[in-house]
Amino acid sequence: MIPRFWRKIKYRYDIVGSICESCGSKFYPPRNFCPVCRRKSRIKEQRFNGRGKILSYTVVHDTPDEFKLNKPYVVALIELDDGPIITSQVVCGPNEVEVGMRVVKAFRKYFEDGDDGVIYYGTKFIPEDKSMESVSSNSSN
Amino acid sequence: MERVAIIGVGQSEFGELWEKGFREIVLKAGIEALEDAGLEGKEIEAMYVGNMSGGRYLAQEHIAALIADYSGLSQMGIPSTRVEGADASGGLALRQAFLSVASGLHDIVIAAGAEKVSDVGSEMTTDIIASSADREWEGFVGATIPALYALMARMHFTKYGTTPEDLALVSVKNHRNGALNPKAQFRREITIEDVLRSPFVAEPLRLLDCAPLSDGAAAVILANEKVAKEYTDAPVYIKACTQASDYLALQNREDITTMRAVKIAAEMAYKQSNLTPDSIDVVELHDSFTIAELIAYEDLGFVEKGRGAELIREGITSLDGSLPTNPSGGLKACGHAIGATGIRQAVEITYQLRGKAGKRQVDAETGLSLNIGGTGATAVVTIYEIG
Amino acid sequence: MKVGIVSYGTYIPRFRLSVEEIARVWGENPENIKSGLGVLRKSVSDLDEDTATISVEAAREAVERSGIDPERIGAIFVGSESHPYAVKPTATIVGDAIGCGNNFHAADFEFACKAGTAGIQACMGMVKAGMIEFGLAIGADTSQSAPGDPLEYSASAGGAAFLVGKKGVIAEIEETLSFTSDTPDFWRREGQPYPSHGGRFTGIPAYFRHVVTAAEQIMEKTGYKPSDFDYAVFHQPNGKFPVRAARMLGFSNDQIAQGLVVREIGNTYSGSSVLGFSAVLDIAKPGNKILLVSFGSGAGSDAFIFNVTDSIESFPRHPSVWEKIRSGIAVDYSTYLKLRKKIKLKG
Repeated sequence: MIPRFWRKIKYRYDIVGSICESCGSKFYPPRNFCPVCRRKSRIKEQRFNGRGKILSYTVVHDTPDEFKLNKPYVVALIELDDGPIITSQVVCGPNEVEVGMRVVKAFRKYFEDGDDGVIYYGTKFIPEDKSMESVSSNSSN
Repeated sequence: MERVAIIGVGQSEFGELWEKGFREIVLKAGIEALEDAGLEGKEIEAMYVGNMSGGRYLAQEHIAALIADYSGLSQMGIPSTRVEGADASGGLALRQAFLSVASGLHDIVIAAGAEKVSDVGSEMTTDIIASSADREWEGFVGATIPALYALMARMHFTKYGTTPEDLALVSVKNHRNGALNPKAQFRREITIEDVLRSPFVAEPLRLLDCAPLSDGAAAVILANEKVAKEYTDAPVYIKACTQASDYLALQNREDITTMRAVKIAAEMAYKQSNLTPDSIDVVELHDSFTIAELIAYEDLGFVEKGRGAELIREGITSLDGSLPTNPSGGLKACGHAIGATGIRQAVEITYQLRGKAGKRQVDAETGLSLNIGGTGATAVVTIYEIG
Repeated sequence: MKVGIVSYGTYIPRFRLSVEEIARVWGENPENIKSGLGVLRKSVSDLDEDTATISVEAAREAVERSGIDPERIGAIFVGSESHPYAVKPTATIVGDAIGCGNNFHAADFEFACKAGTAGIQACMGMVKAGMIEFGLAIGADTSQSAPGDPLEYSASAGGAAFLVGKKGVIAEIEETLSFTSDTPDFWRREGQPYPSHGGRFTGIPAYFRHVVTAAEQIMEKTGYKPSDFDYAVFHQPNGKFPVRAARMLGFSNDQIAQGLVVREIGNTYSGSSVLGFSAVLDIAKPGNKILLVSFGSGAGSDAFIFNVTDSIESFPRHPSVWEKIRSGIAVDYSTYLKLRKKIKLKG
């Protein structure tokens, strides 16, 4: 059993993409070759700061096997403040998410390769102004 | 370049074909096409097969040789080639067949598309179809194919005011057409309320916004003009068969409400055929999700960007409208047998242009088909004209 | 310059399970539990949170607050009794997630609830020896407890991370020592999902013997008495033990109140005493003296005396531990069972 997704761990754990120094295009996931400059591309690795806003989102109800416990979960296209667009899960309730919402990166577990396989971690996003309800309002303390 | 004509078409039923294996489904479509063309079989010079994932659905690769074998074409030793472009595999096979005849290399060839999906469970099916998007950067985060189309739909809602009711109208129309097609998977009409009451798959898309994944096969026989005239009085000419690509993942595209590959392929096809969107009489397009049909209206040039919903609201794309679209029932009602779909669309357009489409017949001399792979990273546009 | 804490960061999962809710399921009187255990609710990790994600988030906060280039971190130690893997380090996950390159020393520690402070001592040693410039010590857990076990009222999730070095120290380590013995008060055998414990045996011969002795010894060694300290933090398996240990040693309730986080979030195991210590750092002023005594079953205590420096005034300390503690979302017991994967699913 060879973990299928190990090579890009570093790029997944944090939002590490790349930038073409010839034209300024920013890429996530990282590209080794700029589709604009082609052979003139000068690619450098770049870490993006992990804040952005939701361009579009969906609440997934019909889930793949590895996400069945997470049902329903939110997947969004997020435009990073300092970079490109990223596809990610958003950690929030299905009714909390909306287009234009500000979000910030969080390190989370995505899925496990079965009970005895590897655990895949990666970047998710959480609402930037996570207004959490008070504990005391929900307990009879 | 040789003019290329369709001289024979065949199609299996689409659906959950529990009693039939992959080989039988393919054979049914192939034999029907040969009979339709009046060929024995030995006239065929080459075969092109569209199949997305025999390797995972059937644990069977080498699909082209398998099909050549079971259709009796191995006896002649003809070349048989499988092509893959996710659910545009059939469109790619059609295009390869078209190119081989247009180039003058072959006189008569067969293009087939086939998929057998029901031999694996639904979780596996979901996983296999997910591989038509970017597994490492979309599938990894749980962005299923319905989820990705849902992202497009939400964006279309936000930017252009399209609504869930607009999407539902697409499904209602295609079911209405499918009810008239004896080979369709779903031969029953549904209402807007049925769609809007069906469970969410990936919001805002509901179950009845999504085409099923089906078993099925289809085949077309192509010949150059000279040969075509020996076999048929009603050749359906392929005026153009174009293909384009886009970024695999949505996140890398400039605008996810536009399928750039569709736009590029369509522009090329209109140019090559000296036709405009106005001159198209009937359309078969890739409504794997209802939103895809509305976006396709725009990217095929039938209406400007953002106004796709107007065509469905005003009934323009209904059977009795000025641009009947998916008379077969489309992927939604006729069924979506993945690698077979691109060929099945050519079969339907041929029926329509020949005037042999039965109860769903429309008045048409020119037709267009659009076959899409995954979320739009591959698109094949074909324009047809009755000769 | 003395070695000390250069930066710290914390993470507490947002879900909370109340004592009432657990007691309701098991037919216990919640008032008895609350008064007997001194715990009101506990933090619960989400499905996509574990010791690795808690460690990374705490570490990121620590690195961000310090402004230090992560590549200058030469060692990462993650102390936990709930590492996601039995074999495969958590520390390497943290290293790649914070981007500290490939030239760093990494190891996972396990010593029940004191593996986090063990990491601080290890970092301190390496910094003092000149082997590394900065070390990262993390104590984090998503601790296990069997359904219906009294442990279930307190076993919770959270963690804290500390950058240890000589430059930009906000709290220097004046002294540290450990008191350790083979005391089988609490254990979990390899392959077992839940720990076993000796009930009341975990008290006098285990917790109190080690915590009180370590505290007495470090004060004796340095010549300090309880009134010399502005704050004291003792490991918090429940709300009672640390209060009683403080009383036995002669510390007042005022000295321990700020660091007593267990009532609101439960026992975060390797995160417990270090989260309490972080809560103290949140409000500490230059010149403050802090006593920290951890405890890990099996058993041992690490005692530390910290002197808060002037650098703390310009150090970013928001959001604070108590802010994180107070922002939570209540969950019911059945949700808790799902979140903690205590329901057996078909393979």
